[in-house]
Amino acid sequence: MSSTQTVSPPGAPPTKTGPSLVGRVLTTPTVGPLIFLVLAIAFFSIKSSAFLTGGNLSLIVQQVMVVGTLAIGQTLIILTAGIDLSNGAVMALGQIVIAKLAVDSGLNPILAILLGLAATTAFGLANGSLVTGLRLPPFIVTLGTLNIAFALTHIYSNDQSITVSSSTLTFFGKTFPLGGTDVTYGSVFMIALYVLAWYVLKYTASGRHVYAVGNNPEAARLTGINTRKLLLTVYATAGLIYGIASLLSIARTNVGDPNAGQTDNLDSITAVVLGGTSLFGGRGSVIGTLIGALIVGVIRSGLQIVGVESIYQVLITGILVILAVALDQLSRRRTA
Amino acid sequence: MTSSRDSTAAPKPVLQARDLVKRYGSVTAIDGADFDLLEGEILAVIGDNGAGKSSLIKALSGAVIPDSGEILVNGSPVTFHSPIDARKYGIETVYQDLAVAPALDIAENLFLGRELRRGGPLGSVFRLLDRKRMVDESREHMANLKIGIKSMKQAVETLSGGQRQGVAVARSAAFARNVVILDEPTAALGVKETGMVLDLIRQVRDRGLAIILISHNMPNVFEVADRVHIHRLGKRAAVIRPHEFSMNDAVAIMTGAMVGEHIEGAPEVPAAADSPRA
Repeated sequence: MSSTQTVSPPGAPPTKTGPSLVGRVLTTPTVGPLIFLVLAIAFFSIKSSAFLTGGNLSLIVQQVMVVGTLAIGQTLIILTAGIDLSNGAVMALGQIVIAKLAVDSGLNPILAILLGLAATTAFGLANGSLVTGLRLPPFIVTLGTLNIAFALTHIYSNDQSITVSSSTLTFFGKTFPLGGTDVTYGSVFMIALYVLAWYVLKYTASGRHVYAVGNNPEAARLTGINTRKLLLTVYATAGLIYGIASLLSIARTNVGDPNAGQTDNLDSITAVVLGGTSLFGGRGSVIGTLIGALIVGVIRSGLQIVGVESIYQVLITGILVILAVALDQLSRRRTA
Repeated sequence: MTSSRDSTAAPKPVLQARDLVKRYGSVTAIDGADFDLLEGEILAVIGDNGAGKSSLIKALSGAVIPDSGEILVNGSPVTFHSPIDARKYGIETVYQDLAVAPALDIAENLFLGRELRRGGPLGSVFRLLDRKRMVDESREHMANLKIGIKSMKQAVETLSGGQRQGVAVARSAAFARNVVILDEPTAALGVKETGMVLDLIRQVRDRGLAIILISHNMPNVFEVADRVHIHRLGKRAAVIRPHEFSMNDAVAIMTGAMVGEHIEGAPEVPAAADSPRA
């Protein structure tokens, strides 16, 4: 073989111009979920005129606000090929810490918020330390911390909900008018967090390293990426995001509720999976997760408006999760 | 480095080891091994399974820390605590099957762990990657090595096995200043793709880098190597030139069937001999 010849082995995909625009759009993992979201919105808009109104759309975003925020942290962790079962319980703990300190102890609300964020970040850090330090599987670690956070929440709160009236703590529940519709600051803040996470994951080295670690941890390590530090950062950041979700939850309900968030761990995983992120790590996007969270919100709201019993919303969500993963697997098998 | 190749001076050693020892409990994986890699050559390392060649290579690439002995880069003693240390001395390793992140694209893989950021506050404050420059430099680099892939934005998993190996080799060649170590680069490849990777190895050498090629494939070794280091029982048994010895001789040395006077014709360090590429 001549050493100057350009190499293009048989059976290789056409590489002349790279993937076409259409091909790239269709293989972008967020496109499928986006099409589904649009179809769902169209379907319910036809079924009921009450669906596609500014008020209802604003309500949907408010309803997905807490799970949607938790799902940002969940996405980060799943991208590293991990999983977090503890996020709902950690969020509940954060809520109680903030409410208890601000209401019962009379602490400055800002300080109470900071301490709440510190508590949830500490839980994230603990998860990360156990995963990287002792090399325990994330599923087991976060199953443990789920129970620990749940117990601490109930011990610390004495099983009592705490009503919050501080305008600082409920700021994110307040609304401002946007094109005739009242939008909460919390909704905007959640979207802003998504944009920030999207930017970091897509356009910074640390973000690309998250994908590399989830995709091939050994290769990532051998290229000189400090994979332990990266994982620790991811889990701690997720903890911080859960703290923000605590604050959003308080703002939405005006209470610190020790029983909040009990299914949020699975709901956040549902949003991630519906958004096209692979549970095996290294593939997916946080924008997909936002779409996934909105899909759940749209279906719940739509079925409710159409008058379907709420248990069917759960049934349909379950079917969608399986469908999403099956489609993901099928498309992977075809391209691989 | 390039100029000395054209001169009549003997090629200088780039990477050497003296009397390396590595024990794992009662097993001695490296038993006083010596090693010499000269500038601008392809040195194949062969040896039977269990001869300790992979331990030797790991010590040279920083993946294993030897118990005793000396490693020299360009004549100066060095200590490697990790592959990252070795990389600081311009030694890059392509690990078998471990080299790439399949879901990331070619440019991202080439620059993984060494990403380029934009200049100014966009880079320093917002940590924004210079995607265009990485794609452009990747394209240029792949073209220099005559790897025929046009789009740097396609995921590595869409490539054939040979092309993937090409990406892994290109990454190492792009960042190595002294040595590229290739661990079984053709192990999983078909005949045609193997030919492509061997061509690529020659391309990398012709760009002035010294190459260590670990391979089980004797015909490949004899086709591409300038010299062959034969490892046996944890140490160097001989260094031969492919055109002076047959594959059967090499196997005989590997297994211990040929020793002593038969291989004296191949001095262990042919520094006084002609250029390895003559």
